[in-house]
Amino acid sequence: MTARDRRGVTIGVLLFALAALLPLASDSYFLSIGVTIAMYTALATSWALFSGPTHYISLATAAFFGIGTYTTGIGIEYMPYWLTLPIAAVIGAVLAALVGVATLRLSGVYFVIFTLGLAELVRQIITWGQNVSGAKGLYVLTSITEEHIYWQLTGLSALVFLAGFLIWRSRLGFAVRILGDDEEVARHSGIHTARVKVLLFMIPGAVAAVTGAILAPRYVYIEPAIAFTPMLSFQVVIMALLGGTGRLWGPVVGVIPFTFLWEAISGTFPNQTTLLLGLSFLVIVYLLPRGFVGLIEEARGRVSRRGAFA
Amino acid sequence: MTPVLSLRGATKRFGGLVAVNELDFDVAEHEVLGLIGPNGSGKSTTLNLISGALPPTAGTISLRGSVISGLPAQDIARRGVARTFQLVRLLPSMTVLENVMAGAVFGHRRRWGHDAEAQAMRVLDLVGLSRRAQAPVGSLTYIDTKRVELARTLAGEPKVLLLDEWLAGLNPTELEEGIALIRRLRDEGRTIILVEHVMDAIRSLCDRCVVMSSGSKIAEGETEEVLNDPGVIEAYLGVEEPAHA
Repeated sequence: MTARDRRGVTIGVLLFALAALLPLASDSYFLSIGVTIAMYTALATSWALFSGPTHYISLATAAFFGIGTYTTGIGIEYMPYWLTLPIAAVIGAVLAALVGVATLRLSGVYFVIFTLGLAELVRQIITWGQNVSGAKGLYVLTSITEEHIYWQLTGLSALVFLAGFLIWRSRLGFAVRILGDDEEVARHSGIHTARVKVLLFMIPGAVAAVTGAILAPRYVYIEPAIAFTPMLSFQVVIMALLGGTGRLWGPVVGVIPFTFLWEAISGTFPNQTTLLLGLSFLVIVYLLPRGFVGLIEEARGRVSRRGAFA
Repeated sequence: MTPVLSLRGATKRFGGLVAVNELDFDVAEHEVLGLIGPNGSGKSTTLNLISGALPPTAGTISLRGSVISGLPAQDIARRGVARTFQLVRLLPSMTVLENVMAGAVFGHRRRWGHDAEAQAMRVLDLVGLSRRAQAPVGSLTYIDTKRVELARTLAGEPKVLLLDEWLAGLNPTELEEGIALIRRLRDEGRTIILVEHVMDAIRSLCDRCVVMSSGSKIAEGETEEVLNDPGVIEAYLGVEEPAHA
C-alpha cells in the first residue's frame, strides 16, 4: 500500500465513522436526509464502479432496487429480515450477470435502452403476478427504525468503497481501466473483455438490490410503481455524473449537494420535478462533463503549475 | 521441427471480395518473416486473421501445432501472439509504464505487482524509453508512441510478434533508430512477422519474405531472391510498357 493509499483509507474510515454518528446528533428531518444520502451514495458509487470506466450507461438501477425491495417484502414472511439481504444481493448479481451476458456485447446505445426496458419489464411481470394472485401491494411490517436503516445503508456504502478500493488495485481493476481506454487493445493484450464487464456489472446489480431490500421496511407498503420508479435510475446517473466517475469518491461529491437541491426542488415545485430533473441533467452534461472531480483536479493542477513557476 | 506459426488455406471474404485467398506459409522459430506486397494486397487482413481481430472464412492457422484460427483475440494473445496496430493505439489515460504493464499483466506470460512492473521496465529499457516511464502518453513524440506500443507487445513474452507497418511514418533519423531496434529484437532470437513497405528495412531485417498481391501469395523465399523476382517487380511496378521507338 502506498502512503497515498494509506491516507485515503484513513480519511475514508474517519468520514464513515463520523457519518455513523449522525443519528445521535440530529432530528428526524436530517436523519431522513441522511438516509437518502446514504442510499444514493451506495447506489451511485457502485454504479460508477462499472459505468465510469466502461462508459456503459446503465439505467437498470430501478430494476435491481425493486427486486431487492420485493425480496424483503416477500421473504420477510418466511425468514428473519437479515437473511433477505444476502439473498437480494445474490438475486441482483445473478440478474446483472444474465443481463450482462445478453447485452454487453452490444454497443452503448442499445445497452442503455435495454437496461431502461429491463426495469419496466420486471415491473410489468410483478404487476401481472399480483393481478393473478389478487394482491395489490405488500405490507412490510417490522420493528426496524429509521436509525437502523441509516446505519445499514452507511455500512453498505462503506462496503462499496472497500470493494472499489480493492478492485482498483486488482488485476480486474487494471483490466477495466484498459478496456475503458481502448477495447481493441484490451482484447489484443489478452483481456477477456466480456467477462470483465459482466463481473463488474454484477456489483451495481447486487448493491442496488441490497439497497432496495434495506429500504423495504421504510416504505411499509410496497407496490411496483414505488419499487421500480425509473426516476431512481435517472437520479443515480445524474448524481454520479455530477460528482464525476473518475475517482472512487467522485459520486458522493455529487450525491450530497444534489440531495439537498432535490429536497428544495421537490418541496417548492412538487409538480415540475421531472422537468427540473431533465434540466439539471442538461446543465451537468454541458457545464460539468467531468463532474466536480474534474473541476477539483483542474483547480489543483492550476495551483501546482503556478507553484512550479514561482 | 514444427514451425511456430503456420497458415494453411487461410481465406477471408468480405461479401464478394476475397481479401485473402488460400494463403499458405510457415514461420520458423527465431525467423523474421516479411509480409510484403502493394497496397490493398491483403497483408493487414492477414495479420488480423492471425491475431484474431477477424475470423478467417476458411482455412486454419496454427501456433506450434495447435489451431488458433476461430479463437477470440484475447485467447490468441494469451497463447502467445502479440501485435502492434497500423495506426498506433495507446491507452491515453495511462502512463508509459502502465501502458507497457498491460502487456506484462495480461499477455502470454502473466505477471502481477512488482514482477509486472519490473518486466515492464525491462522492455522499456530494451526499446530505449525507461527514462520516460512515468510520462503520460500524450506527451510523447511519434516514434516514442511506437516504442511504447512495441514494448507493450514484448512485455508478455509472446511466441510470435506481429508488426503492422511499425516503421511507417518515421523520418529518416527515426527510421534508422527503428530498424536498429528491430534488428536488436531479431538478434535476441524473437520470431517476428513484419508487414512493411520500407524496402531498406525489409532488406536488412527479413530472413525470408512472403509476397502478396490481390489477396494471394505470388512469391516466397529468401529476401533478395524474392525482391528480384520478375513477378514481384511486376506486382509492385506494373507491367513495363513496350518502348516506342
